[in-house]
Amino acid sequence: MQDRRTLTDIQVNETLTNTVLKTPLLWYVILAFMGGIVMLGVVAVGLLVNMGQGLNGYNRPVMWAFFLTNMVFWIGISHAGVMLSAILRLAQAEFRRPATRAAEVLTVFALATAGLMPIVHLGRLWRAYWIFPYDFSRGIWPDVRSQAVWDPHAISTYLIGSSLFIFVALIPDLAVLRDRTTGIVHSIYTMLAMGWRGTVRQWRLQAIAGIILSALLLPVFVSVHSIVSWDFSMLVGVPSWHTTIFAPYFVIGAVHSGVAGVITVLVLMRWLFGWHDYIRREHIDSLARLLFVVALAWFFFFMLEFMFGLYHQEGTEMVVRELWLFHAPWNAIFVIFILTAFVIPVPLWLFRSVRRSFPLMFFTTILVNVGMWLERFLLIIPGLERKHPFTFSWGEYAPSIFEITIITATFALVATMILLFARAFPLIPLGDAKEARVLRDEIRIGRRTVQAVLREE
Amino acid sequence: MANQAVLGLYRTPEAAADAVGNLQQAGIGHNDYEIMTGVPYPEGTFGEPPVRHKLYVFPFMGAMIGLTLAILEGAGTQLAYPLVTGGKPILSVPPIIIISYELTLLGAIVFTVIGIIFESRLPRPALGVYDTRITEGLIGVVCTCPEERVEEVRGLLQRAAAIEVKVGQG
Repeated sequence: MQDRRTLTDIQVNETLTNTVLKTPLLWYVILAFMGGIVMLGVVAVGLLVNMGQGLNGYNRPVMWAFFLTNMVFWIGISHAGVMLSAILRLAQAEFRRPATRAAEVLTVFALATAGLMPIVHLGRLWRAYWIFPYDFSRGIWPDVRSQAVWDPHAISTYLIGSSLFIFVALIPDLAVLRDRTTGIVHSIYTMLAMGWRGTVRQWRLQAIAGIILSALLLPVFVSVHSIVSWDFSMLVGVPSWHTTIFAPYFVIGAVHSGVAGVITVLVLMRWLFGWHDYIRREHIDSLARLLFVVALAWFFFFMLEFMFGLYHQEGTEMVVRELWLFHAPWNAIFVIFILTAFVIPVPLWLFRSVRRSFPLMFFTTILVNVGMWLERFLLIIPGLERKHPFTFSWGEYAPSIFEITIITATFALVATMILLFARAFPLIPLGDAKEARVLRDEIRIGRRTVQAVLREE
Repeated sequence: MANQAVLGLYRTPEAAADAVGNLQQAGIGHNDYEIMTGVPYPEGTFGEPPVRHKLYVFPFMGAMIGLTLAILEGAGTQLAYPLVTGGKPILSVPPIIIISYELTLLGAIVFTVIGIIFESRLPRPALGVYDTRITEGLIGVVCTCPEERVEEVRGLLQRAAAIEVKVGQG
C-alpha cells in the first residue's frame, strides 16, 4: 500500500525549504551537540600535531590503525550516495526521488571526512600537499607508481565529481530559494542560481545532465574503492592483505554500508524535518530490498575472502584467522561484526513489517554500519599484528583516547556538515518531488484503483 | 527599435500549450518564445520543438584534456626526474592507466558541467520579465517581439486564458 497524498507546488516549496527558511529548534540543539564533539576532535588533532604521533596507540608492526580504518569506512559510506543516485536515476526508479540528494550529500561529506584521515595520520599535516604534482621549481614529483598517489587521484575525482553533480541538480532549487527570500540571502541565492528561469531547454538539459553525470560517476565510484583496496592488497609486505578479491570485496562492502547509511539519514531527515509526505514507507521498503540483495552479495565476498585464507593453509593467513576466531579481543569483535553486519539485520529485512518500519530500519542500518566499521578494523589490524612470520616481531595494538576522540569526532563532523547543508539548501530535490506529482496517475482495474507513475520513453 | 518581452502566466499546461499554439499560428518563430515552469514537464508538453544542443561534445572534449594531463603527470613527471625506486621501471604502464582513468573521467565530468551551464544559457545576469509564482506552479510563456507587435502578442497570450500578462524589456 502506498501512503502518498497529493501536494501542490506551493506546499512542496514550503515543506522542503523549511530547513532553510524555518529551521526547527532541534536543529540548533543537535548542531551545538555535534559541533561540541567536533571541537573535541580538533583539540585532539591539535595535541597530536603538537606532541607527536606517540599519543596514538601505534607500535611496530601496527602503524596503520584507527585512522585508516576510519578512512576506509567513510569512503565506504560515500559510495552509497552517488551509486544509489546514479543507478536509480539511470534505471528511472521512482523511489529514488527523496533519496538522491541526501545520498549525494552524504557522499561528499563522508568523502571529505575520509580524505582528512590520511592527513591526520601523516602527523605532519602541513606536508599533505606533497602528494600533489605541484613543484615546478625543484623538478621533484610524486612517485606515480605508489598507491599513495593513486588514492588522492581517485578520491579527488570522486569528490569533485560528486560535488559538481550536487551543484548541477541544485540549480533549480536555488531558483526556488531565490524566489522565496529577500535581502542579502536573496542576493546570495540569486548569484548561485545563475539566472535559472526553468525554461523547457534548461529542464531538458537537467535531465540529460543527470544521465550523463550518472554514467560518468559510476565508473569513478567503482574505481575509488578498488583503489582504496589496493592501498592494502598491492602491498606484498602484509600477506593477509595480498589478495585479488579485495577490490570487488571492498566495493560491495562499501555499497552495503553506504546504502544502510542513506536509509539511516533518510529516517533521521523524516523525523527531524517532518517530511512524512516525501520519505514514505514504500521508499524505505524499496531501499531495504536493495540492501538485502547487496548484503547477500557482500556476505558471499566475505565468505570467499575468509575461506580462501583458510583453504590454502598458509601460515601467515592462518595466524590472522586464528586471531579473528580464538584470541580476545578479536574474537569478540569478530562475533559482533558478523552479528551486526549480517546475522541480525538481514533476516529481519525479510519481514515486510520491518522494512516498512522507520525505527526498525534505523536500528538495523545502524547495526550494519557498526558491523562494517568493525569489518574494516578486522581486515586492517590483525594482518599488521601478524605481518611477519616470526613470533618475536608480532605486536599488539590498542587505540589511545586521542584516536577514539578523533574517530568519534568524524561522525559528528559528517552530521554537522549535513546539518549545515540542510540549513542552506533543500535536502530533497524540489523539482524531483514536483515531477513525481506531474507524472502521477491512477489506473482503474476492475474494482481497484491503482496508483501509477508514468515514465517518458 | 528595442525588443519587448511579453509574459503570460497560466495555471495549467493545457492553457500554456494553447498560448504556444497561438504564437506559432501568428508566425512567431520558436526562437522568439520560451516556456518557463517550476516542474520538469515531458518534452513536447507545450507543443514546442525538441531541444537541440551539443552537450554530448563536452564530455569528450573534457576526457581528451583529462587524458592529456594524465599522461603528462603519469609519464611526463617521471621522465622529468627519472629516479629509479625499488627497481621499478621509470615508465610503468599500470599506474599510468590508473591515473589516466581517473583524470580522463574527471575531465569529462568537469566539462559536462561546463557544458550544462553553457547550453542552459547560464549564467544569465538579469532574469528579464519573470514572475516568482512560476516556481510555485504557474507556467510562464514569454515572447520576445518588436515593440509594434506587443499588443498583438499580448492578445495572443491573453486569449489562451492567461491569468496575467506582463510586458518588460526583452
